[in-house]
Order: sequence, then structure tokens, then C-alpha cells
Amino acid sequence: MNAPVHHAVEYYLGEFSRLAPALPGQHLPWLRRAREAAMERFARLGFPGRRDEEWKYTPLAAIEKPHFALVPSAPGSVAAEQVEGFALAGTHLLVFVNGRFEPGLSRPEKLPAGATVVSLREALEGDAGELAARLGRVPENVTPFAALNQAFMTDGAYLRLAPGTKLLKPIQLLFLASQPNLAIQPRILVLAEEGSAATLIEHHAAIGDIGYFTNGVTEIVACPGAAIEHHKLQQESRRAFHVAAVVAEQDRDSRLASTSFALGAALARVDIAIGLQGEGAACTLDGLYVAVGRQHLDHHTRIDHLKPRCRSRELYKGILSGAARAVFNGKVIVHPDAQQSDAFQSNHNLLLSENAEVDTKPQLEIFADDVKCGHGATVGQLDEDQLFYLRSRGVDGGTARAVLTMAFARESVDRVGIPALQKRLDQLLPALLPRESEGQT
Amino acid sequence: MLEIRNLHVAVDGAPILKGIDLTVKPGEVHAIMGPNGSGKSTLAYILAGRDGYRVTEGEVRYGGRDLLALAAEERARAGVFLAFQYPVEIPGVANIYLLKVAINAARRHRGEPELDAMDILLRVRSKLKLMDMDESLLYRAVNESFSGGEKKRNEILQMAVLEPKLAILDEADSGLDIDALKAVARGINAQRDPGRAMILVTHYQRLLQLVVPDRVHVLAQGCIARSGGWELAAELERTGYGGITGREGGEEARP
Amino acid sequence: MATETLKLDELIARGYEHGFYTPVEVDTVPSGLNEAVIRLISAKKQEPEFMLEWRLKAFRHWLGMTEPAWSTVRYPAIDYQAISYYAAPKSRAGGPRSLEEVDPELLRTYEKLGVPLEEREILAGVAVDAVFDSISVATTFKDKLAELGIIFCSFSEAVREHPDLVRQYLGSVVPHTDNFFAALNSAVFSDGSFCYIPPGVRCPMELSTYFRINARNTGQFERTLIVADRGAYVSYLEGCTAPMRDEHQLHAAVVELVALEGAQIRYATVQNWYPGDKEGKGGIYNFVTKRGDCREANSHISWTQVETGSAITWKYPSVILQGDNAVGEFHSVALTNNYQQADTGTKMIHLGRNTRSTIVSKGIAAGHGKNVYRGLVRVGKSAAGARNYTRCDSLLLGDKCAAHTFPYIEVKNPSGRVEHEASTSRIGEDQLFYCQSRGLSAEDAVSMIVNGFCREVFKELPMEFAVEAQKLLGVSLEGSVG
Repeated sequence: MNAPVHHAVEYYLGEFSRLAPALPGQHLPWLRRAREAAMERFARLGFPGRRDEEWKYTPLAAIEKPHFALVPSAPGSVAAEQVEGFALAGTHLLVFVNGRFEPGLSRPEKLPAGATVVSLREALEGDAGELAARLGRVPENVTPFAALNQAFMTDGAYLRLAPGTKLLKPIQLLFLASQPNLAIQPRILVLAEEGSAATLIEHHAAIGDIGYFTNGVTEIVACPGAAIEHHKLQQESRRAFHVAAVVAEQDRDSRLASTSFALGAALARVDIAIGLQGEGAACTLDGLYVAVGRQHLDHHTRIDHLKPRCRSRELYKGILSGAARAVFNGKVIVHPDAQQSDAFQSNHNLLLSENAEVDTKPQLEIFADDVKCGHGATVGQLDEDQLFYLRSRGVDGGTARAVLTMAFARESVDRVGIPALQKRLDQLLPALLPRESEGQT
Repeated sequence: MLEIRNLHVAVDGAPILKGIDLTVKPGEVHAIMGPNGSGKSTLAYILAGRDGYRVTEGEVRYGGRDLLALAAEERARAGVFLAFQYPVEIPGVANIYLLKVAINAARRHRGEPELDAMDILLRVRSKLKLMDMDESLLYRAVNESFSGGEKKRNEILQMAVLEPKLAILDEADSGLDIDALKAVARGINAQRDPGRAMILVTHYQRLLQLVVPDRVHVLAQGCIARSGGWELAAELERTGYGGITGREGGEEARP
Repeated sequence: MATETLKLDELIARGYEHGFYTPVEVDTVPSGLNEAVIRLISAKKQEPEFMLEWRLKAFRHWLGMTEPAWSTVRYPAIDYQAISYYAAPKSRAGGPRSLEEVDPELLRTYEKLGVPLEEREILAGVAVDAVFDSISVATTFKDKLAELGIIFCSFSEAVREHPDLVRQYLGSVVPHTDNFFAALNSAVFSDGSFCYIPPGVRCPMELSTYFRINARNTGQFERTLIVADRGAYVSYLEGCTAPMRDEHQLHAAVVELVALEGAQIRYATVQNWYPGDKEGKGGIYNFVTKRGDCREANSHISWTQVETGSAITWKYPSVILQGDNAVGEFHSVALTNNYQQADTGTKMIHLGRNTRSTIVSKGIAAGHGKNVYRGLVRVGKSAAGARNYTRCDSLLLGDKCAAHTFPYIEVKNPSGRVEHEASTSRIGEDQLFYCQSRGLSAEDAVSMIVNGFCREVFKELPMEFAVEAQKLLGVSLEGSVG
């Protein structure tokens, strides 16, 4: 039983010692140490097993077994026309192919003064002094996969906003996979200084029906009064594996809105951890997972209320059909002294077929008394009264179900205030909702 | 248009309707009155095709067809309309979108070309005025956070837009203030038509002063206890249901 | 005021009401656990061979198990070899046949606890199977129940008198391999209650058991088995009080309920074992496995619990809803004050069609208390039309306490409908001020608000228990205001 585990860890250890000298930023002693420490941590933890409470519903054998290549064989195999199918109108677009930044496919356009966005490789090959404090550590409470990313991270994006800088257009970071059997480890860092504001769309997709493994880490640092939106659109190939961590630290009066749209991948797991570290900080975490066939989509979120008067809101919705499975685990932790915390979380799931399954666990851990906290979770089918109402107006059962299912998803789409992204979702979602025949139970 | 013969209906094994006979001709307006629990809403639901009701005996023919054999949506497309006593809220579905889907479902059924959003909007706008409703209601989710009056008006608006042959209005007047009641009555009267039949299910007589029915039936304990003209409704208002059903009107005789 | 709220300062002065020690001579087996001890227990209880075999099977399984570490409760390691696994009042030799034969010292103990057996017999119509440490000392109303074919006796007696019933149902809900503490209980259980209601019989009175922990360093391993045959009904009350002790004491009970077709079992618990002192010294470890099996169609099991005692509570009264249309309920009030820890909740396992379950949990944390709701709602593939509603509220008093909610929801059938709601809040200052401006003291106001918070659960308790539960809440909250 344990043999393959060792095998996988040994494989990554071997690859690390082979590839480390060529990883970007090896001239930086702090980064070398950080990579080595992360590799040690990963070797120590290994792939989480089902006995691990945080992973009990998500089996990892499929990710653990293959020996994914850690370096792409040839760059630039994607044409500009192929990018157009994924680019969103009205954004600063940065394109990454197989994990590497492709300036030729990107249109970053001019950012306002005070805002810079560069590829991570570029940032690491400079003196990168200012990154030491951020990239030098991955919080201990995120997954072993984050450590793996830390060890191997090669490229990604670094967005920096000087105090008061406000971006008007969203930045779209488009990660395209085109090579099978590759492990892609993108790393995104957002450093938003006091009073700055920006919107980031992190978009993962594939060219062709290929199998690969994306293992991403996104770090967001919001200084006092900063306002950041991070919307993630995951439409990986149905044969791909997608594991990601989103870690945010929020200072006083900062705002973060984070949305996760999980539509693709055979197996996807996203861990989102938000630290409300300054008084009056607020975050909104939304998500929509739509799983069909044998897809397995897992979200784990964690919000730490560490200081008084912070507010968090969370709404995750799921639509499951076929033999798909979804997992939601939402933790809200109110630490001692985080008085007047205000937290509410909900998770609603629609099960549309006989073999679909959902496991949800909203949880509250509260160590302060002056708090207002709550959560709600539901699992069910479409509402019979609503279905009858539509049918009594002449709408056939299949259409009525489709209308109500879209209406269920609507709320999550509407909460994203970006027309281009909403439009894209309106195009993508109907194709993922079950047809009349499958929807019947 | 509608013929109900010896209709017996049970819910969860308990008999609710115990032998209803009713014939409604095109152009007629029938009122079905009765105390709470007499089976009025059951009759409305069984005609519209809601699940959970079991017909144990009898038949319902609509334009010569077996109505009970049709699914709810087939009945709607064939011209049967139910205005709900408690209209359902459907978050995420705009009111206008529902009308569009419903109109086009009926048009497809009749082999007519579907209407686009603009045609539908034009059609609906003219009816809005009739119901004294604001256009903004069209873009809000179906019945979501509508007031009681707005919900009832919205039901009549849908009737006006969908132009049914047989309209069943279940307690269209309950919970309305006098202005809303007048708007609802105006909407109903405007749609009286030689080709259209209506069944008004109601507890009180006040709607019937504004929409004068051709026939009045009193439903009690699952049977039609009495039938008559409009004057029967007036008599009921004086005597309560007790005089007709042989029981005290009691709580049912609220104003 | 409508509620029977006691003056808190009066209660504070009282201390732990049930803290006294009954000097009775005790027949104790030396500390330690091995096969010889189990054989000795079985022999002392004159058990048939199958019981000994079952105990040994459980013991051998237990040896290979490790103590669970997944809950949030923290306590020093328990030395299972330092515990004595059998204690019986010596005066029992031969066994009392009636109340007159019972040691008067014991009867006085119960009187101080407010369980005057003779009076209760007349006043409340309650049959009491009192368990003093490990063996049953008195059973009342037996004759009346016997007329209806109801068997209500100590577990030891059931093993001797009704071995076939015991053999058929023992371990059929909580197998001897179930978990660490259940396996330990299966190996060494001393006594407990057994109840069988024959088909179609409605038990005419509330059945009740009071547990006491008395002898020093004695683990208490109760085992209760209740079987309601087809169409039967029974309401069972369990109450616990314990004298003051400095050493931590382990209580690892097992309760199994079996409801056959159309049967209903209501099981209510008021648990006020010794919670330890203000510094967290002493108190009972209450590690209990309670599970009901709605084995056949239309059966109904409800658990109601008021947990105010014990240093540590670890229990999840659960229902397995096997039969179609079966109903499971869990109503709970758990209060933790000072350094008490409670990790409690329920599991509702839906297997049959159209099964329904309701969970209402009210947690109150005060002082340094830690209060955890942990629950599982599972809708299996076969459970078409299953419904669950869960409401889980926490109330926090003071800024050193903690309240956690861990609901697990697993749904494998699309027609299942599960709703879960939870809230955490504290008593609002405006609520307190409102009460105070109407002339209530802060303590009375808190007590009233807490009682209101728990009302939903209290109304599930039989009348006399509800009153006692309210009083207990007042006692347990002492010193938490201000």
C-alpha cells in the first residue's frame, strides 16, 4: 500500500536535485533555502491519504501515480488564434503556455503609473529583494502541494500596486496547457499597497483533450485599505488534474472578493485560506462548481478572523450530474480577541442525477464571544413547486429544469461584476448542465 | 368546454373531492365558493395537473379530450391556465424571461414561429398598463420579494399575456387591498370573452361584486352543495356557509 | 416569571449539590485489565458461556485498537491498567429482593440526590432501576410491567433470565468492534438496564434509570439495551449525578436501542456528572456510545439530552434509519462552564426510503468551557426521498470560552434533501438591559435568556425532567456572569 507513495515522493525528490540548479533565482540564497525547505517539507508530508481528515473525500491515487514531466519539452506550441478563444474582452492579458510566460501571445497594454506586472521568472532573475519576505515562505497550514509548488515554481505573475494605484481594467492571467503529462506549477503574487485596487482573473484552460497536472499557488497581500478581486475560472481539460492554493493576508480595512468557478478537470482541489489580520478587513468568497460525468471537484476554504471588527461572507454553490462528486469544506475560525466578528457562510448543492454525490462540511470554530456567525448548507433537487409553476405556464419539464438550474447558478454569476466574465460563463454553463434525459430521476 | 363528471380525488389516501359534477361552456364565468377545507384548491390543482392528487373515480373532459391524461405543461399549451393562490418565487429567473419561454412554448406547440424578446416586450407592455403595474417588475425575479398585491397582479398579467381558453383563478382576491382588488378585477373583466371560460375559486363574495359570475357553486365537504346565479353569493354573504352546508359558518365567516 | 429560575447567588453558595460520599463497604476487583479479570467479572455475575465468549472477543479486539484522537477534547492519558473494573456494594451478597433489603445507607444517598424511590413509586409513576456503581440494587414497578409482558430489569438479570433476547440483540447496534470505548465496554461492562417491550404494547409509564459513580478509582461501564418490538412504544429517562472526587473518572457506557416495525423509542438523558472544580481539577470523563437502530419500517427513535456535567463529554447519540419511513430525532442542550469540554452531536444515517431526521442542538459555553457540535448526516444511495433538517445554535458567555460546529453532510441520493443551519451569538447587551430595566438581576436575566435559548429542546423532555434541567442549567452557569 505504501510503496507508490514513497515512489512518488522519491520521484519528485530526484527531479528536484536534477532540476534545481536550472530553476530561476538560484543566485538568491534565500530562494535556494526556501526551495530546499519546501522540498523537505513535501518529502516529509508526502501525498495526503484518505485518513487525513482534510482529504478524506478526495482520493489522490490518480495524481500520485503518473510521473509528470516538470519541464515542458518545447515552448510556444500555441497559436495566437487559439488564444483568442479564451481571451476576455477589455482586459490586460498575460498568456502562459505550459506554465511559461509567452510575451508574443500576451497584450498587457499600458498599466497606470504605480502598477507593474511582470512574469515571475523575470522577477526572480532580477535582484528580487522585495520578494524575499513574501515568496520565502508558504504558510504551514496549506497543503503539501503548496510546498511542491514552492520547490519547483518556475514562472507565473507578480503584480505590484503602489499606494493608491487603482487599475480600471481587470488583468487576465491565462494559463494554457498544450503538452500532455506535464506538471505545471504556476505561482502568482499580488502585492497591493495601501489604498490600491485591482481585479485579477486567473484562467486555466487547455488546448486539446490532454492529461496533465496543474499545481498552482496564488498569494495575495492586501495592505491597509486595499481592494482586490481575484476571480478564478478553472476550465481545464476533462482529463487534467488541478490542485491550487489561494492564500491571502488582509490588513486593516482591506477588501478581498474571491470567486472560484470550477468547471473543468477530472479532479480538482482548491484550498483557499484568508487571514483577516487587520481590524475592519472584509472578504467575500464565492464559488460555483459544476461537475458532470465522473468529475470530482473539491473546495476547501478557511477564513481566519484574527482581529476585531472583520467581516466575511461566503457563498458556494454546486450543480452535480452524472456520477460526479463534489466536496465542500468551509472553515471559519474566530480567534480570541477577534471581537465583533461577523461571519456568514452558505453552501447549496443541486443533485441532478442518481449517481452524483456531495459531501459538505461547513464549520465554525469560535473563540471570542461578541460575534455574529452562522452558516447554512443544503443539498437537494430542484424545487417541485417551482417546476410545477413553470409547467403550468406551458414550459416542458426538461426546459423547466434547465431554466431553474441556470437560475440556481445565476446568483454566483451575477455576483461577479465583470461583464466579459459573466458573458463567458453564460456561454460555458448551459453546455455543462444535464440534458433532459440525464436530468430526469 | 369543460365537463367534470362524478370526480373523486384523494390526497395521501384521504378523500377530498367526493363526486363533483360541473359543466362550463365557452364565455361563461363560474364561481366556486366554499369554506376552508372544502376542496376548492384541490379542484383547481387537479385541473392544472399537479402531482400528488389521485383521481379515484370520474372524469374530466376539456374540449372533448381527457384532460387528466395530459401533463401540466400540455394542459397549459392547450389553453388551461391556473392563477395560483400562492404564486411561487423563483429566484434567478426574470419575470419577462418566464413569459418569453411560456409564450414560445405555446407557439411552438401550435406550429407558430417563436417571438423574439422585442415582440414579447411589446405584447407585455400593453397588458402592464391594464394591470397598473410598473415595467420594472418584468426584470425582477419571478415573484421574488413581490408584495402580496404584486404577486396577484402578476398572475393576472400572465393570464392576459398567455390568453388561455380556460382560466382557473384560485383565490385571486385573497390578501388584496381595495386598489389591488380593483386592478385584479379589471384585468379579469377585460379578458372575459365569448371564447374563454373562467372559474373563480373564492372564499368571499367581494370579488364577485366586481366580476359578476354567470353561475355560483358552493363546495362543501368535497361535494357541490348548491348551485345558482349571482344571488346565491349574496345570500351566502348574509347567512354564512353554515346555512348551506348545515354547519355553523364559524371561523369561515370572517369579513 | 414563567420559568422556574432559581436565584443564582443561592446556587453559588450551594456548591456541587450532589458532592458527598457514601461510606459503604465495597467488593472490588484489583486494578488492571487482562483476560483473567474478564473471566472473574463474568464468573462473579454468573454469566452463561456466550457472554464470556463475547466479552473476550471484544477484549482481544480492543487490544489492537488505539484511543481516538480526532475529537477536540484534551485530557491526560488514561492508564487503563490503573482502573478497577468491578465494584459492587458488599451488602448485596445474595441480592436484595425488594426495597426493604436495600442497604439503608444507599437509600439515604438517593434521597439526598432527590430520588426517593418509595415516593417516586407513588408520586410520579416512574419505575426506577437504580444503578449504584456497577450493579443494580433496586427495581420497582416490575410486577406491573410484567403483567404487560414488559421486561425491565438490570442487565445482569436479563443475561440470566432472558439469555435468548440478550443474545439476539446485544451488539447488534453497537458491535463489540465499533470503537475503542465501546470495545472496552463490551469486554468489561458491569451492569446496566435491559428493557423489552412486546409487540403492540405501549409502556404506560416513563422508565427511568439513575446512575451513580461512587467508589474511588472505579471505572463505570454501563450497558443499556432497549428493544421495542413491532408497534411498541416506550419512553426512557436516564439521569446521572455523581459525588465530588479529585481523581478523574472514566465512564464509558454503551446504549443500544432497537425499534422494530412501527415501534417508537424516546430516550431522554439529563447528565450532571461531577464537572470538576473551577480550576478544572477532577470531574468525570464521559465517553459514551449511544446508538439507535430503526430497523424496520415506520419506526421512530428520538434522543433528547441535557448535558451539563462531566469534565469531558464525548458522545454522539445516533440513529440508523434502515426501515422505510423511519424517523430519527436528536435534541440536545450541552453546557460547558469553567474548564469543561463537550464534543457532542449525532449521526443520522439514512438508508431506508422516505426516512426523516431532525437535529436541534443548543450549545452554551461559559468560563473557559469548550463546546463542540459534531454531527453527520448521511443519505445513502438507497434512501430515496430522505429528509434532514438541522438547526445548531451556540451561545457564548464570556470571552474565554469556545464554540465549534463541525457538521458533516454526505448525500448520495438525488432525491434526498438536507438542510443545515447554524448560528453563534452571545447574549445581547440590549436583551440584558431590557430585562434589567424590568427589575431582573443580571444573573436572573442570563438564566432566563439561556432557558429561552434551550426551550426548543426542553419541550421534548417529560415535565419533571424539564424542570430539573432548568435548575441544572442555573447551577451549572454559576459564576459565569459579571
